[in-house]
Amino acid sequence: MSIGHTLLGLLESGPRHGYDLKRAFDEKFGHDRPLHYGQVYSTMSRLLKNGLVEVDGIEPGGGPERKRYAITDAGITDVQRWLATPEKPEPYLQSTLYTKVVLALLTRRNAADILDTQRAEHLRMMRILTDRKRKGDLADQLICDHALFHLEADLRWLELTAARLDKLAEVVAK
Amino acid sequence: MTPPPGSLLAAEELRKAYGPTVALDGAEFSIHPGEVVAVMGPSGSGKSTLLHCLAGIVPPDSGSITYNGHELAGMSDAQRSALRRSEFGFVFQFGQLVPELTCVENVALPLRLNGTSRKEAEKAALTWMERLEVDGLRKKRPGEVSGGQGQRVAVARALVTNPRVLFADEPTGALDSLNGERVMELLTDAARSTNAAVVLVTHEARVAAYSDREIVVRDGKSRDMERVV
Amino acid sequence: MSVGQWAKDLGMGVRFAFAGGREGWVRALLTAVGVGLGVALLLLTTAVPSALTEREHRATARDDFTYGANPLSKADDTLIIAEVDTTFRTQDVRGRLLEPEGSRAPLPPGVEKFPAKGEMVASPALKRLLESDSGKLLSERLPYRITGTIQQSGLIGPAELAYYAGGSGLANHLSNGSIERIDYFGPSSGTPDDELDPILILLVMIIFVVLLLPVGVFIAAAVRFGGERRDRRLAALRLVGADGRMARRVAAGEALAGALLGLVLGTAFFLAGRQLASLLKVRNISVFPSDLNPSPALAALVAVAVPAAAVLVTLFALRGVVIEPLGVVRTAKPPRRRLWWRLLLPLAGLALLYPMMGQGNGNGNFNEWMVIGGTVLLLVGVTALLPWLVEAVVARLNSGSVSWQLAVRRLQLSSGTAARMVNGIAVAVAGAIALQMLFAGVESDYTEDTGNDPSRAQLTMHVRDDVALGELAGQLARTEGVRHATALAEGSLGDRAKEPDNTVEATVAGCAELREVARLTSCRDGDMFRILGSEYDGETKKLTEPGETLYFDPAYPGSPSHTVSWKVPAGIKVAGPREDPTGYERGGLLFTPGALPEGTGAAMFETVYLSLDTSVPDAAEFARNTAARIDPLTSVNALTASRQSEEFRAIRNGLFVGATCVLLLIGASLLVSQLEQLRERKKLLSSLVAFGTRRRTLSLSVLWQTAIPIALGLLLASVVGLTLGAVLLRMVEATVSVDWASVLTMTGIGAAVVLAVTLLSLPPLLRLMRPDGLRTE
Repeated sequence: MSIGHTLLGLLESGPRHGYDLKRAFDEKFGHDRPLHYGQVYSTMSRLLKNGLVEVDGIEPGGGPERKRYAITDAGITDVQRWLATPEKPEPYLQSTLYTKVVLALLTRRNAADILDTQRAEHLRMMRILTDRKRKGDLADQLICDHALFHLEADLRWLELTAARLDKLAEVVAK
Repeated sequence: MTPPPGSLLAAEELRKAYGPTVALDGAEFSIHPGEVVAVMGPSGSGKSTLLHCLAGIVPPDSGSITYNGHELAGMSDAQRSALRRSEFGFVFQFGQLVPELTCVENVALPLRLNGTSRKEAEKAALTWMERLEVDGLRKKRPGEVSGGQGQRVAVARALVTNPRVLFADEPTGALDSLNGERVMELLTDAARSTNAAVVLVTHEARVAAYSDREIVVRDGKSRDMERVV
Repeated sequence: MSVGQWAKDLGMGVRFAFAGGREGWVRALLTAVGVGLGVALLLLTTAVPSALTEREHRATARDDFTYGANPLSKADDTLIIAEVDTTFRTQDVRGRLLEPEGSRAPLPPGVEKFPAKGEMVASPALKRLLESDSGKLLSERLPYRITGTIQQSGLIGPAELAYYAGGSGLANHLSNGSIERIDYFGPSSGTPDDELDPILILLVMIIFVVLLLPVGVFIAAAVRFGGERRDRRLAALRLVGADGRMARRVAAGEALAGALLGLVLGTAFFLAGRQLASLLKVRNISVFPSDLNPSPALAALVAVAVPAAAVLVTLFALRGVVIEPLGVVRTAKPPRRRLWWRLLLPLAGLALLYPMMGQGNGNGNFNEWMVIGGTVLLLVGVTALLPWLVEAVVARLNSGSVSWQLAVRRLQLSSGTAARMVNGIAVAVAGAIALQMLFAGVESDYTEDTGNDPSRAQLTMHVRDDVALGELAGQLARTEGVRHATALAEGSLGDRAKEPDNTVEATVAGCAELREVARLTSCRDGDMFRILGSEYDGETKKLTEPGETLYFDPAYPGSPSHTVSWKVPAGIKVAGPREDPTGYERGGLLFTPGALPEGTGAAMFETVYLSLDTSVPDAAEFARNTAARIDPLTSVNALTASRQSEEFRAIRNGLFVGATCVLLLIGASLLVSQLEQLRERKKLLSSLVAFGTRRRTLSLSVLWQTAIPIALGLLLASVVGLTLGAVLLRMVEATVSVDWASVLTMTGIGAAVVLAVTLLSLPPLLRLMRPDGLRTE
């Protein structure tokens, strides 16, 4: 999962303080793993350096926590590219995919497209594995099957999520 | 929108309702010779209806279906039946083998319907049964063979006429994974070897993974997943 | 297994039948309607004996031929009654003229008061007829005012046409054969009870067996309606923990529920049908609803036997079935059917019938139980042999078109079901063929060749007396529709004036008319002939030698006469005999009017042969009206080439009505089970259509599927029917000959039923073949 893209995405809805960013992240995606403030600070400096965000203003009283960040056009393009690119199908993808879907919903992008893109990528991978399995020996078959079953589970999750997008949108909008 | 060039079977803007239930709402489809296309989607999304329309079993309420340049809508029921007999093959989830006939008679049935003599039909049937590794069952009745064997017999029957398009509706729906995969392997191998197109309706990704391309049907609308990427 | 457990399981089945949702209801209702129809038919049958007895009683109670050998003389309690029956179109009208001679004269049953002259009491049916437009012609013939109604006690059926009219001066006509003086109505003394001929009893017994057996088969089939769906329910029951035996008993309970409801429905059908009975009339026979009382013992038997049979049939049907929690498994390969015990049934039947061979008409009685037992066994043998036959034949059938192959394979797999479906028809047809053969064989015994020649004349009339010679013929000749009236005066001559030993006939008519009754070489008025060589010619030659003295209208004690003596003159010509239009070959003397001796006319009665113009509708009715106007006592007879015994005809009619009902019933049950089978195969049919099977192929295969077992069933039915028919004919000592027409008719009717069933099941079949069957979602 890319924390940088996630924070960038959160900034798309408007400029925020670093501390606000951490709270929004924890609330939407952090659940059992809250972000260290240090992580936010270092990520933001990297994004700043790459020109994806800019400092919108500094509260009087100084200190790094008082900086307010805003996303740049380059940053928006970067988020867009990230969302549109399917993840490499691999086990335990869900958290990244989930983040992408929620962010898409938050930024009013087409979440269904994200899921479908991922789905196509999954199936492409499964085809490759299936093909390898058909040509390979027993060991290949077993290894491929393992991957196939996991990918299938992901794919089911994608289908289920696609079917529940409307509900998720309601929850996220709150 | 015109069907992609070179497609064998293509459908545009298909609409079909069963009473108040809308099964298809502007679905599109196309398939090339030798191509295996998986049709996926949740239950009730209309994927079986799409297959029935494509195969000329059910006439759509509107939209066009062209097979080999001929518009299906312009054909009579008898012409569509003849098309299904000679150009198409079918595999369903259940209830397709005639329980009274022996396996070889079941496989020979489509040829017999086309007027082939019994002897020749059963000879051809046996060849196909060998290819699907069920030739040992020729004298058995469907009630006496396992689900996987029965489904292979059904595949043999679907292929015995050397169809240009093979329609498979959840062909592995009633089978365990091992049997299901074996049936899929045999089915796709056989189809590729005869350059038949396969329309494969399934809700299982691992079955769909035997396809070359995937179409998802949701709420009566189709989505070609190749165009997404 | 305790009785309590049985009762509990049966009770649960009963509850299941009604609480099983719509499906359960429909099934219970189907069974109930089927059983109900059967029960109604059974109840009707049990009521037939009482209905016949009641009719018979009333018929005897109004019997008016109660005179003895010694004529009564006029008294306070005597009545003169004249029979004036007539026929109106095809209907018989019973008519009597009544003239009471004292205050205590007996009233006929169902009549409250003697009608005065010019009045009559009529049966309700006659009253309706006379008041209707179609009865206008008849009302001209019966010029009486209706003053009362004959009650039920005086009629044998609600549709009987009958009247009693007031008469006067009848005493003067007592010599006329149809007028009598009586002092009571009722069974005539000395005449023994009119027993039905043993052969007719045999016919009736066999009709009952033949009609009731298919009803039994039908009830057995009705109990199994909807079996497949029930099986699924039973499987569900097993899933929640019932054991196999419990499931069976629950199934039996369901059947019991259907049968009990069927009893209720059957009683309702019967009661409704009984009310309708008064409206129905089969060839002049009608029945009062109150006559149709099932005998209590037989009704009770029906009430007990039907539910019991329902339970037994269900248990028997589930014999080869294993009810598993996840579905019902028919034991994969039922044992091959064996022939020997199936053959035992018909052979035992033959063995029972054999000793009765040649017990013909002569020495009378057949052992009823052996006849019924033998017939039942032979016919039940059909139901036992048919499954074997179907299995054996179908196993050998092979090559053919796809539709044929589909049908044959299906039959090979479930020949039992197929055989069961046609059992009823086979039994009915076998029985009917046997009966038809028996009927054809004994028909001649019960059909009298009248000798009439209807091409020469269609009506004959005999004037009783008192009417001037020539008057009737004259009036008739002017009646519409009469082409030709041949009038002859007839009398007799005795060798003594009183109680002669020998008599000869005398016939008086013009030359043309005489030629109708004798062969004359030449004739002119004034000629006289004697007929020699006629069939019953005994003494003509001796008595009519010239110089002999003969007496016209010789006297007998107790009847008036106008005796005239006459000396036979010389110069009588000889005539050859010839049959008159009634087939009678007369002998005796023929006179042309000019040759008739003076004063002998009063001793002559006129007979008229009428030739009618058949193109005039109701020509016969006009002629009858003319005759009645001249003298109501004129007797009119229609000439027909043959006449069948009333009883025989009634029984034969009964058979046709019964056989039709039974075949319709069976057709209905065939249709139900056919539809059930088709519904079960909905998915298969749809998938066959999906891969391009022509509808024609599937329809044909359904036809073959019914037609093959039916053809076999009819074949077997013909063999058994012909065998039974031959045995029955041997029993009554009639010549055994195959009545191919009836074999063809009965098998044809059976085949028609099948064709109708197939046609009726085609629309649902075509509906089932629609691709909707493929939808699983």
